[in-house]
Amino acid sequence: MLTPASEQAERIATLTNYFFVAAAAILLVVTLLTIIFLVKYRAKPGDNTLPPKIFRSRKAELFIVGIPLALVSFFFVLTLRDMRALEPGADTQHPDVIITGHQWWWQADYPGTGVVAANEIHLPVGRKVLMRLRSADVIHDWWVPELGNKMDLIPGRSNHLWLTIRKPGVYEGACSEFCGQQHAWMRIRVVAQTESEYKAWLAAHAAPAIAPAGELAQRGATVFQEKTCGNCHRIAGTEAKGDAGPDLTHLSSRKTLLAGLMDNTAPNLGRWLNHPQQIKPGAYMPDFLLKPSEREALVAYLVQLK
Amino acid sequence: MMKQWTHIPEPEEQLPDAATERGLLMWLSSVDHKQLGIMYLLASLLFFLLGGLLVLFMRTQLAIAENDFLSPEVYNQFFTMHGTTMIFFVLTPAFLGMGVYLVPLMIGANEMAFPRLNAFSFWMALFGGLLLYFSFLTEGAPDAGWFNYAPLNESNYSTEGIHYYCMGLLLGGIGTVGTAINLIVTILHMRVPGMGYRQMPLFVWMMLVTAFLILAAFPSLNAALAMLLLDRLLHAHFFVTANGGSALLWQHLFWLFGHPEVYILILPAFGIFSEVFQVFSRKPIFGYGFVVASGIAIALLAFGVWVHHMFTTGLGNTVNAFFAASSLLIGVPTGVKIFNWLGTMYKGSIRLSVSMLFAVAFLIEFTIGGLSGISFAIVPIDWQLTDSYYVVAHLHFVFVGGSLFGVFSGLFYWFPKMSGRMLSERLGRWFFWLFVIGFNLTFLIQHVLGMMGMPRRVYTYPQLPYFTLFNFLSTAGAFIMALAVLTLLYNIWRSLRKGEPAGADPWDAYTLEWHAAAPPLLKNFERLPPVRSARPLFDLKHPEQADWKKQEG
Ligand code: HEC
Ligand SMILES: [Cu+2]
Ligand SMILES: [Cu+2]
Repeated sequence: MLTPASEQAERIATLTNYFFVAAAAILLVVTLLTIIFLVKYRAKPGDNTLPPKIFRSRKAELFIVGIPLALVSFFFVLTLRDMRALEPGADTQHPDVIITGHQWWWQADYPGTGVVAANEIHLPVGRKVLMRLRSADVIHDWWVPELGNKMDLIPGRSNHLWLTIRKPGVYEGACSEFCGQQHAWMRIRVVAQTESEYKAWLAAHAAPAIAPAGELAQRGATVFQEKTCGNCHRIAGTEAKGDAGPDLTHLSSRKTLLAGLMDNTAPNLGRWLNHPQQIKPGAYMPDFLLKPSEREALVAYLVQLK
Repeated sequence: MMKQWTHIPEPEEQLPDAATERGLLMWLSSVDHKQLGIMYLLASLLFFLLGGLLVLFMRTQLAIAENDFLSPEVYNQFFTMHGTTMIFFVLTPAFLGMGVYLVPLMIGANEMAFPRLNAFSFWMALFGGLLLYFSFLTEGAPDAGWFNYAPLNESNYSTEGIHYYCMGLLLGGIGTVGTAINLIVTILHMRVPGMGYRQMPLFVWMMLVTAFLILAAFPSLNAALAMLLLDRLLHAHFFVTANGGSALLWQHLFWLFGHPEVYILILPAFGIFSEVFQVFSRKPIFGYGFVVASGIAIALLAFGVWVHHMFTTGLGNTVNAFFAASSLLIGVPTGVKIFNWLGTMYKGSIRLSVSMLFAVAFLIEFTIGGLSGISFAIVPIDWQLTDSYYVVAHLHFVFVGGSLFGVFSGLFYWFPKMSGRMLSERLGRWFFWLFVIGFNLTFLIQHVLGMMGMPRRVYTYPQLPYFTLFNFLSTAGAFIMALAVLTLLYNIWRSLRKGEPAGADPWDAYTLEWHAAAPPLLKNFERLPPVRSARPLFDLKHPEQADWKKQEG
């Protein structure tokens, strides 16, 4: 929130600045009074005269109630104004993207395009985007500080969020509602692109996975089927249609693995497949006790899924 | 002719306390409010050390990025236990203990209204806490956070420790409600003749308000806990969305309790500070009626603000606007009290004892905590900052800089009464400075971490710019606080062995407890001076300038 990059984040940052100014003024007054009183009215050693009694002062009371009341009323008006601007409602509109929170990864469906992405979420800049937010299990919370407000993903409910991103770039965020063991590694990467780049990305990701090239990768595709990876993962254009784990159709186009836990490199993929529970303890992917040759083949296959 | 001394009636029946026996059994079987008060405080201290130990592990884990000192499983259990312990088994019993110890003494009574209920309540609370800790010996301690959101708290997502969470909190809750009833009846019925509602010490007033808050707030928590147990053990589905339950229902029930609970933990501290500011400024409180009225206002408003914990759940602008208004409003009676205390210092004759040091530090720390609290009432700011480290900073400024400083201030103030011996002021100053420096080092910087995007309750974080540096400083602060606590323990231990004898009234104070012996005898008072103002001992010591003369004349 320190470097706002969306219309919404800018609005909140402005409001926050107003608030901080008021808060700093109040804190300053209290601190100064405290220090002044401490210095000025410190008892002198040996002085036993009783200080004057001051039981109350109607004027002071009016003052110390009146000023805070005026201040909070002012901020209440700003709250109403900004709340309406940030959250105009979304009754009839179709969302640009549907985000589903899973323990501990994000799924992004782009309605009407057939594109399913995971953890790395692409969005267009310069226009108002509507996101739907749902959960497949427990409560999660969407938060990309530079892009503005949080919103919970709650099972049994459907929430939404409006976003108008200002400039292209990569924005990092994280799940902010405690959602179990790996809550810390449920990070978000938003890739904001110009409209044309975004369209191109959608088109590329609507395409099915490329066929494995080379003997090793082909063997990897077979292992993928044999080990029933497809029960949990989807690879468009193949038998794999599961939805309990991230979509792998274009796995290699992502920068990180496991919702930000590590860079998406072949060695890291190998480490993950070798011992998922050591890399991300608690993650809902079992250890397949793969032979090294199977693992190599799988990695060769997966890195090709551009 | 004015009556000079008030006779204090003893309960007619001899109570089953082992007045003649010594040793452990005397404590275990006691129904004496002073012994129970001290046992409450000792229980609170025990859990404080446990909860503090947990946090040293947690802060070590967080000292550097991607650390693997603690596994996520363990970290999640630790932070859940830390929060649950500190709220339910440290701050709550600390204030109840002070209430149980001091309220009879301050209102000129010799016992609580229901001595046996008093003992029952204490033991329920203690065993509730022990049961909670027993969970470490089972499959795992609770691991869904102290507010234990549904459906993460259901059996398919969390450990069996949640059962212990439910049972521990239910037991503790029964004890808390029992003590609340006891305090209310004691305060309403057992005040010494002459002590009307305008003559009651402010600490007693705040305990009275707190007790009513407890009575009204705990049923909501207890209901939620019972429902959760039904869900987990008998496959009900109150909070299981797949079967038509509601995840948000838990949040409503929990925060309808949880927000008043925040005030349950701060109003007694307000009461303590109100006494401390008067005595160490040598002036009566500025705006007695105002302090009482704002306390009552807080208690009433406290039940209308709970949704500010839920602004990101998507309840809609209308609901959010209502709760934004009420939450902003409750800031006013809370904030203005600061000026009552400043007004009490104004033109006073200030003695900077350790007690007063904590009170003065509180003024500033609590202002910071209160102001950051207001930022959550401003819905759009809440949408950015809630559930981040900014909240962690905020709540510690309130619970530590407010409630815990209150406990410390009260401890240094009343320890001479409870033990008959003074704590060392020199060691106390070491404790104060170490603790305040450690506290600010730990938590000020967490505001910034939150604004930079660090969510709360993460067992680790990636290598992002400044994250390690700031977290490392925060960890260093936690260890400084731990060091400070060691000096406090040493101070208490030293004082109990060879502390300077205190005498009945070491601070030249104003309220009736200072009229009793130090430590008070089994029967608190044989006779008492007349009570005609909120400062009866002041009137006694300065008959020419007695408060009541000014008030009446
Ligand atoms: C029981 C369901 C399940 C099965 C079977 C399964 N996975 Fe997974 N997989 C998951 C889940 C859940 C995740 C996400 C873990 C996380 O980030 O918390 C995952 C993550 C992954 C990732 C990282 C994806 C990303 O974007 O970070 C890869 C690669 C992967 N699995 C490959 C495989 C392969 C290869 C197999 C077969 C050997 C397999 N999975 C079998 C559930 C499964
Ligand atoms: Cu999550
Ligand atoms: Cu989470």
